[in-house]
Amino acid sequence: MTLFLRLLFRNKLAGFGAVVLGVIVVLAVLTPILPLQPPNETNTADRFLRPLQGGHLLGTDHLGRDLLSRLMWGTRLSLAVGFAAALVAGLVGAAIGVVAGYFGGRTDNVTMRGVDMLMAFPYILLALAIVAVLGPGLLNALIAVAVVNIPFFARNIRGVTVGIAHREFIDAAKLAGMGHTRILLSEVVPNIVPVVVIAMSTTIGWMILETAGLSFLGLGSQPPQADLGSMLGEARSALITAPHTSVVPGVMILLIVMSVNLLGDGIRDALDPRLRSGALARPMATTRVERAGAPMPKPEDGLLQIDDLETQFHVGTRVYKAVNKVSLALNPGECLGLVGESGSGKSVTALSVMGLVASPPGVITGGAVHLQGQDLIGAPYELLRTLRGRKVAYIFQDPLSTLHPLYRIGDQLIEAIRVHDPVSHAQAHRRAVKLLEDVRIPNAGARARAYPHELSGGMRQRVGIAMALANDPDIIIADEPTTALDVTVQAQILALLSDLRRDRGLAILFITHDFGVVGQLCDRVAVMYGGRIVEAGPTGDVLTAPAHPYTKRLIACVPELGGGQRALAAIPGLPPAVDNLPEGCAFAPRCDKAQPSCKTGEIDLTGDTRKVRCLFPEVAL
Amino acid sequence: MGGYILKRLLSAIPVLLGITVIVFLIMAMIPGDPATAILGSYATPENVERLNRHLGLDEPLWRQYFIWLGNLVQGDFGRSFALNRPVLDEILDRFSATLVLAGTAFVLCSLLGILAGVVSAARQYGLADKAITFVVILGISVPSFFLGMMMILLFAVKLQWFPVSGMYSIWGGGDLPDLIRHLTMPALALSVVATGVIARLSRGAMLEVLRQDFVRTARAKGVHERRVIWGHALRAAMVSIIPVLGIQAGFVLSGAVYIEMVFQWPGVGRMLVDGILKRDILLVQGGVVFVAACYVGFNIVVDVAQSLLDPRIRT
Repeated sequence: MTLFLRLLFRNKLAGFGAVVLGVIVVLAVLTPILPLQPPNETNTADRFLRPLQGGHLLGTDHLGRDLLSRLMWGTRLSLAVGFAAALVAGLVGAAIGVVAGYFGGRTDNVTMRGVDMLMAFPYILLALAIVAVLGPGLLNALIAVAVVNIPFFARNIRGVTVGIAHREFIDAAKLAGMGHTRILLSEVVPNIVPVVVIAMSTTIGWMILETAGLSFLGLGSQPPQADLGSMLGEARSALITAPHTSVVPGVMILLIVMSVNLLGDGIRDALDPRLRSGALARPMATTRVERAGAPMPKPEDGLLQIDDLETQFHVGTRVYKAVNKVSLALNPGECLGLVGESGSGKSVTALSVMGLVASPPGVITGGAVHLQGQDLIGAPYELLRTLRGRKVAYIFQDPLSTLHPLYRIGDQLIEAIRVHDPVSHAQAHRRAVKLLEDVRIPNAGARARAYPHELSGGMRQRVGIAMALANDPDIIIADEPTTALDVTVQAQILALLSDLRRDRGLAILFITHDFGVVGQLCDRVAVMYGGRIVEAGPTGDVLTAPAHPYTKRLIACVPELGGGQRALAAIPGLPPAVDNLPEGCAFAPRCDKAQPSCKTGEIDLTGDTRKVRCLFPEVAL
Repeated sequence: MGGYILKRLLSAIPVLLGITVIVFLIMAMIPGDPATAILGSYATPENVERLNRHLGLDEPLWRQYFIWLGNLVQGDFGRSFALNRPVLDEILDRFSATLVLAGTAFVLCSLLGILAGVVSAARQYGLADKAITFVVILGISVPSFFLGMMMILLFAVKLQWFPVSGMYSIWGGGDLPDLIRHLTMPALALSVVATGVIARLSRGAMLEVLRQDFVRTARAKGVHERRVIWGHALRAAMVSIIPVLGIQAGFVLSGAVYIEMVFQWPGVGRMLVDGILKRDILLVQGGVVFVAACYVGFNIVVDVAQSLLDPRIRT
């Protein structure tokens, strides 16, 4: 609760709303004992006095009544009616929703059909029809506004109740022999109360506005009693000659509704955990770079050279060191495997190359990435954009979420081509079909017109590969391209990548957690753990004689086909959280060979072609 | 596609029937005798009874409903006793004026709302975002009738840019420029609230979409950020924006009632309010059914637009 209030008031606008609304409500409650002039005492001699004239702070209306007094009494009435309408609509709507959601079946069907019918009316029509029946009057306007809003509550609460009605504790209560009424009151209702309160707090503003509207039309409060809406309605005929009589109640409505809305938003945001972590921030076009110190010297050769790259996620006051001084090199035509568990930092390393790490929260804080001698970290957006897809192309893991669901795949390919090569649409289309054929999609011409959801997972991934090939890049970064696919399709995709690499002389950075795949495809391999490289070397050497205990355990996790039965050795424990890395070796807490010296100081990556970051390697290098 | 439209049209029939039942039941609950209301309280009992028979009000309620419904289907909405002309004629005259007003306001709020929402999301936490958020909060909190009155004070009375009220000038008007001059203020006042709601929702939808994987794919392809936002992201966000446009159309139609009062616009909303105050039941009943039916029709258009945009729901 205190956390909730703190969150609420950290939101300055919500705090402002709370204060304004609080002041207005207190004044409205105190109205009867405030030293105000009588609100309904007419004095036609003093009509339309301007503010501060004749002892009237806000002036007088068309009958010479004191505006300040009428404003306070009107505010009191409007607030009361608005809150009452919200309460009635909330309670009745919640009752309907709970019954429909809890009992389900026919009850649910019939009730919700009725609710849908009511929602088919623009709200004012229903309100007008109800007032037509009951006759003009404030109470009737209240009823009309409440009834009109019942469907909204019924619908929301029904949805929530359906979710609760299938939970285990409801079944348990039923098995315990509790009756429906008791279950509803003791198990269901307590769980939906917060939802009802939130829904009410976000709709009270509307209710006040709607009742004021009906009064404005002359269908709500009747003279001499006046709420804010009818004050405005009466003032309308004198709008031009005495504008203050309109401005006063109008501004009050605006203030009330705005403070209610601000407060309602604040409450909703404070209760929505997604907003708390800032997860709703949209990623920018390139990753933010905050690199301290002098830029790295240019490396002599190499196609892609990553040096001491540091990428972090800044969430609140926490810093997650996702990539911690990682260095990699990729030569033309070479395939480098980057292996590690989920969260080891391999994808973030790959995305950092082209500034594609989501930012916020991602920040590149150090190191360099040289592509053919050109440093990409901190490079201007326009440069990165022209390199993306043309020099370095990506293949992502899940092609269903990485292809745009609403564009035909042919159009997505054509776009990829035309972004970097201003050919005609027809020409691009021919090239797109050719690309689809290259990745062995049968009937490519017809398939180009398909949407992603119309293709199988394997076909979609082929489209992903075709798109990466569209501009004949020098490097393809494949981020677990086969993980979402089943085994036979996996093998086909790997064979395809292997062929393409041979035919086109591509360099591939292949990210995976699967050593089997690495053995098939990669020349060299680097193993990541806790944001660092722990071992690197030629694939054959690393696979046959792993030097780091972690690599050894990871390889032992792979079941061997036809190798007979053996116990699969899972690694105990979990990968470390990278916001709070222990000193020394990050793997030490899970390592069965760990010594006290493993947990102190910085352990370096040692070796030449084969490197390892371990004080007690499994094999001597 | 044709199949989808047909299915959607057929599914509207029960909704329309439901609307007529609800309206009929509400109107049947009106206390007192319609014949007395028409003839006045000095009418003789014989006359009241004759009129009741003439209007079919001596029949049982369900027969009355089917007679009324049968007439509706044939385009006979009955006669307004206060105006002494067929209800349908009056509705059609008035509804065209409402359509001009609400239609313009709807186009305005859709365009402005989506524009503001996208800019706001693309510049999240930037100056433009803060300014738009502030205006949006103000916009969704101001009563449209109050805003309309203030606009009259400023733009019609003080600056004299636009006429104070009405749809056409009484003398020498009647052409399109004249209509536009009269339409500008009410359409703007009417669109403000919906613009705010749509802007706010579009911002949320865009923020949601911009975090998705296919946006990263577009960026990885080298697509320019402008196109990523206004093409890839907005297109996907439209899937959740379009249903809201349908809902907001209902609010624009509702708000038109107030705006028509403020600007003396000869629309269907003013007709309904007058009808209620004069207890002209057939006029109110017919008007409500007619507008609700139009709204249902509009929602079908929205659904079809949605299915054109999203191939996944077209099956």
